[in-house]
Amino acid sequence: MNTYPNPFSEAISYQRMEQYDQEHLESLSNISPMTRTQQPIVTGTSVLAVKYKDGIMMTTDCLASYGSLARFKNIERMIKVGNSTIIGASGDMSDFQYITYLMDKLMTKEYNANNGQPLAPENIYEYLSQVMYQRRNKFDPLWNALVVGGYQDGKSFLGYVNLRGTTYQSDTIATGYGAYIAQPLLRNAVEKKNGELFTEEEAKKLLDDCMRVLFYRDARSLNKLQRATVTAAGVTISEPYSLETEWGFAEHIRGYGA
Amino acid sequence: MSSIGTGYDLSSSTYSLDGRIFQVEYAMKAVDNSGLCIGLRAKDGIVLAISKLVHSKLLVPKSNKRIASVDQHIGMVCPGLIADGKALIKRARAEAQNYKDNFRMPISGKMIADRMGQFVQAYTLYSSVRPFGCSTLIATYDSVGPSLYMIDPSGVYWGYFGCAVGKNKQIAKAEIEKLKLNELTSRQAVMEVARIMYSVMEDDIKDRDYEIEYTWICDESDKKHVEVPSDLIEEAERKAKESLDDDDDDDMDDE
Repeated sequence: MNTYPNPFSEAISYQRMEQYDQEHLESLSNISPMTRTQQPIVTGTSVLAVKYKDGIMMTTDCLASYGSLARFKNIERMIKVGNSTIIGASGDMSDFQYITYLMDKLMTKEYNANNGQPLAPENIYEYLSQVMYQRRNKFDPLWNALVVGGYQDGKSFLGYVNLRGTTYQSDTIATGYGAYIAQPLLRNAVEKKNGELFTEEEAKKLLDDCMRVLFYRDARSLNKLQRATVTAAGVTISEPYSLETEWGFAEHIRGYGA
Repeated sequence: MSSIGTGYDLSSSTYSLDGRIFQVEYAMKAVDNSGLCIGLRAKDGIVLAISKLVHSKLLVPKSNKRIASVDQHIGMVCPGLIADGKALIKRARAEAQNYKDNFRMPISGKMIADRMGQFVQAYTLYSSVRPFGCSTLIATYDSVGPSLYMIDPSGVYWGYFGCAVGKNKQIAKAEIEKLKLNELTSRQAVMEVARIMYSVMEDDIKDRDYEIEYTWICDESDKKHVEVPSDLIEEAERKAKESLDDDDDDDMDDE
């Protein structure tokens, strides 16, 4: 294609145009594009959960950190949804409070319908996953990694969903730092059982051991935890409790402890 | 209603010469045709009950519920035109959720009764709309305890210890007035409601298919609005029928 020189080129003052562009750019320089949540503010750390003989067991600690500051030390990071589901949250606590509100809204709607068909843990998990994925696609994610645990009609359910809308289901789930530190320990314990399920005592000990390791290693953790179970008897969330720890070895550690 | 037919009863936006709004009064007549509906406030909760005719054998038993939950702590029943009642229940649910959206806490009984009262009243103001053909009983259990409200088609509402709406409401009210509602437990209130229901409506509908719905909000139900447990209903109805037979026997003796 032929191009022709602009017949008015003589009349155009490129100098003025450039000057205009320059001024325009400068006026824009202190305006930034609109952004959504790009980082969490007040955060909770790991959530651990396993399936066991009677249902599922989940633990979190009671800390909500503000950056590296241990800001709130009496926070519940697990909520009961209906009579057979529990949600544990790590990540941004205000987003989690919003999720709590969403769940209340959903369950109130179900309560009013009174149709004798309570939402199963799978249904709640699916709903939550859809919300998380839709928010990610709006580039305005709910900054959490969530664990949904439930027990209904003799079946255990354990699922994970995070701020990207990524989901998976497994017999053991750990979020946050726990995904690195505790998940291998949990999987080892499961593999040792050769397909058999943990008893309640075994599950308790396993999760406590993992939480202890996390308390040693995770600088955003707290030795004040809660344990929740979902069984045929329903949902229970324990009062906060502490684990025995041993710091005697610390005296002998020099440098990075190698 | 001597001034009926004088042209002031076609619209609720015009008063009659003696200062009444006939359309609202006609709406109250519509409510009077409803099956009997009773609400009792006992010392630890509220009991709601409504009787309804089952107009077809093809209907699934215990379907087409008339008493609805508006939130976990709010029960509502609208004796009168069924579709109008459904609209009110829908509105009440929207109000309850709207309150939660704004304040992140459940709406109080006082607030939901007030908002619904305003809503019903708005339908008595315009010629383009018809007043609701139903009364509204609202049972709630909140931080101030159990409370029972009733809204008229005029939009006026009061808190009640006990109320009765629908067919034979006068007889039912007379029975309710005999009760010591401050001393009654919710369990006892269920018994009384069943007794009154059967004693009042027996003659009217005994040869027809009917159902009675019972719900409650009380300490036993964890301050949630739920259906009364079926074993308790069975017991209450059995006793109610027995007391009816006793009355019959008494009548025999008198004769």
